[in-house]
Amino acid sequence: MHTSVLSFRARADVALTDPTLKLAIDRTTGTAERKRAAAVAAFPQFDAARDRGKRIKDHVIEHFDHYLLEFERNAIASGAQVHWASTADEASRIVVDLCRKANAKRVTRVKSMLGEAIGLPHALDAAGIERVETDLAEHIVQLGGDRPSHIVWPSMHRTREQVSEMFKQSHRVPHREETIEAMVDSARRELRDKFLSADVSISGANFLLADTGATCTVTNEGNAELTTSPPRMHIVTAGIEKLVPSLPHAFALLRLLVRSATGADVTQYTTFHCGPKKPGDLDGPEEFHIVLVDNGRTKMLAEAGLREMLRCIRCGACMNHCVVFRQMGGHAYGGTYPGPMGAVLTPVFDGLEKTRDLPHACTLNGKCQEVCPVDIPLPTLLRGWRDRSWREGLEPAAMRFGMGIFTFVASRPRIYRLGASMAVRMLGLFGRSGWIRSMPGLGAWTAHRDFPAPEGRTFMARYASGEGQRK
Amino acid sequence: MPRVALFVTCLADAIRPSVGFAALKLLQDAGCKVEVPMQQTCCGQPAFNSGDTKDAGTLARRFIELFEPYDYVVGPSGSCVGMTRAHYPEALADDPAWAERARRLGERTFELMSFLVDVMHYKPTGVRFPATATYHDSCSGLRELGVFEQPRALLGAVGGLEMKPLEGNDVCCGFGGTFCVKYPAISNAVVSEKAAAVQRSGAQVLLGGDLGCLINMAGKLHRNGSPVRVYHAAEVLAGMADAPSISEK
Repeated sequence: MHTSVLSFRARADVALTDPTLKLAIDRTTGTAERKRAAAVAAFPQFDAARDRGKRIKDHVIEHFDHYLLEFERNAIASGAQVHWASTADEASRIVVDLCRKANAKRVTRVKSMLGEAIGLPHALDAAGIERVETDLAEHIVQLGGDRPSHIVWPSMHRTREQVSEMFKQSHRVPHREETIEAMVDSARRELRDKFLSADVSISGANFLLADTGATCTVTNEGNAELTTSPPRMHIVTAGIEKLVPSLPHAFALLRLLVRSATGADVTQYTTFHCGPKKPGDLDGPEEFHIVLVDNGRTKMLAEAGLREMLRCIRCGACMNHCVVFRQMGGHAYGGTYPGPMGAVLTPVFDGLEKTRDLPHACTLNGKCQEVCPVDIPLPTLLRGWRDRSWREGLEPAAMRFGMGIFTFVASRPRIYRLGASMAVRMLGLFGRSGWIRSMPGLGAWTAHRDFPAPEGRTFMARYASGEGQRK
Repeated sequence: MPRVALFVTCLADAIRPSVGFAALKLLQDAGCKVEVPMQQTCCGQPAFNSGDTKDAGTLARRFIELFEPYDYVVGPSGSCVGMTRAHYPEALADDPAWAERARRLGERTFELMSFLVDVMHYKPTGVRFPATATYHDSCSGLRELGVFEQPRALLGAVGGLEMKPLEGNDVCCGFGGTFCVKYPAISNAVVSEKAAAVQRSGAQVLLGGDLGCLINMAGKLHRNGSPVRVYHAAEVLAGMADAPSISEK
């Protein structure tokens, strides 16, 4: 199912008419919202922690060059091999080449949105390398042959009933009981052998620790530990904005990340990787590679309107609380990252011309910024894209023309008053019953709701004739 | 006696002048000398949110010049006031002198409820409105201006009025200015959930502080055949809610 050939509008319309999808979205985001609220309420220092998290990220963004070089130096000292990729294609090419060099027939992948963003699943498939997704939700996405629809719960577009069907059709020894536990066991039976027999494992990173050259990955399934130890080679792909100075900074951000994402205090597993297997180690990969990915990030650094987006720690709270996301889910956005943060990032990756609908698909209600654990002004950034789209002439001609006329009129009070009175009279004609059920030019409104007829004359006309005035 | 300019807002001017007259009366009752600058038009928010920062800046300069002479500027809409207070400095960012004027005027510009409570320490007396009502917190007022307690404090002084909680009271209603006509299907899905929450609240009346949102919710409730009546809170506070509500004629 390649939804990306459709326009945003068409994808949204498809999603809006799918009741099963809505049920799945409501279950997951509803739970996420409740749990986050409880976690924040139970953590009185949350606002202070949020402020600290924001300052840590801003500090690193301010001193990117310093921490990047420090990280590289320490990673190399730990025995890691560091690769730099400026584009998505380059990043996925480096990973595929490393897999080929290792003669890999089977690779395991630990969920990483960056991996999705650089097109890694597709690149591995195209290279004829067997790809085993080890995150339960990514396994479901792989079985369904589709793409993640959420950055924390990639398969949130599937109900558990649908997942049960998928497992029964594709697992060798599927579950018999309709319980979550039995379904997880079914996946475990299907995947465990593959975990242990892979040649290469590929994971992402939540944090890159500059002072040690270590990478940190959080999971709730333990797959980042289980699947990165047995293979001969482990490759970490990470966006350069994952840098933090040291471990305490990572923990400061982790407290925010986990509470904002799932409402838990900590993740089940917090895994650190630092270099390959060392003499005397019982296990671990012989080769450890880190691919540092730019893919638009230095461009964001240079642009005032996008710099703050580099603070993002990928918790998903903005989408869980977004009224637009909650109506249509993640696929409609068309990029790797959905919701408010995706609507800011996708134009960076795919260009504004193809994605200008996304920054407009937002009511600017500000809830996303309110729940953002690093206080990213998402509405301001989205409006920034609209501003740029306007300046670059990408907005529809009718809109530009209409806004020009409107400003001309609104700058001339007499014409404006006349226009307002005429509009009020026109609305009155169509709304003689008190309500307008349909009217030319008002179809986008009246398709779904009624429009109240104006009370009568305008306020300004009535006030001018003396109404409401006291001496 | 502070000299206050009433910023009527386009929707109150054209669709529901009662809200303008209610605001006028409340400000007068609170002890203000209220004037209505007759040259006022639109604050430029539709242009600004469409990305047309230049035209928004043109209308912002007009607004600032027109309203600068008063002690305070007060409007019955969190969204329009949010535009002038929070966003004029952004719309005029290329022009530091004007941006500074915008900031200074912004400090004296208030949403109606917050002005009545925070600046004038006003409390309505002798107002009765026997009904059960619920309150929708419009997003701009809530998040850009911190309007939350003020309408509740004012409505608490209205005789016979019983307030019921609204599930998702701080969740967007799907109006979003031009959003509702740019993406009508998404907007409809959002307002449908809002209308359902209003109906579940068991209230006879829905109140709020922003006409855009109120017209959106009233329009959906009416299409659904709901008997819930919709008023701007100013109409109730000014004792003017005996007129037909937004959702009836």
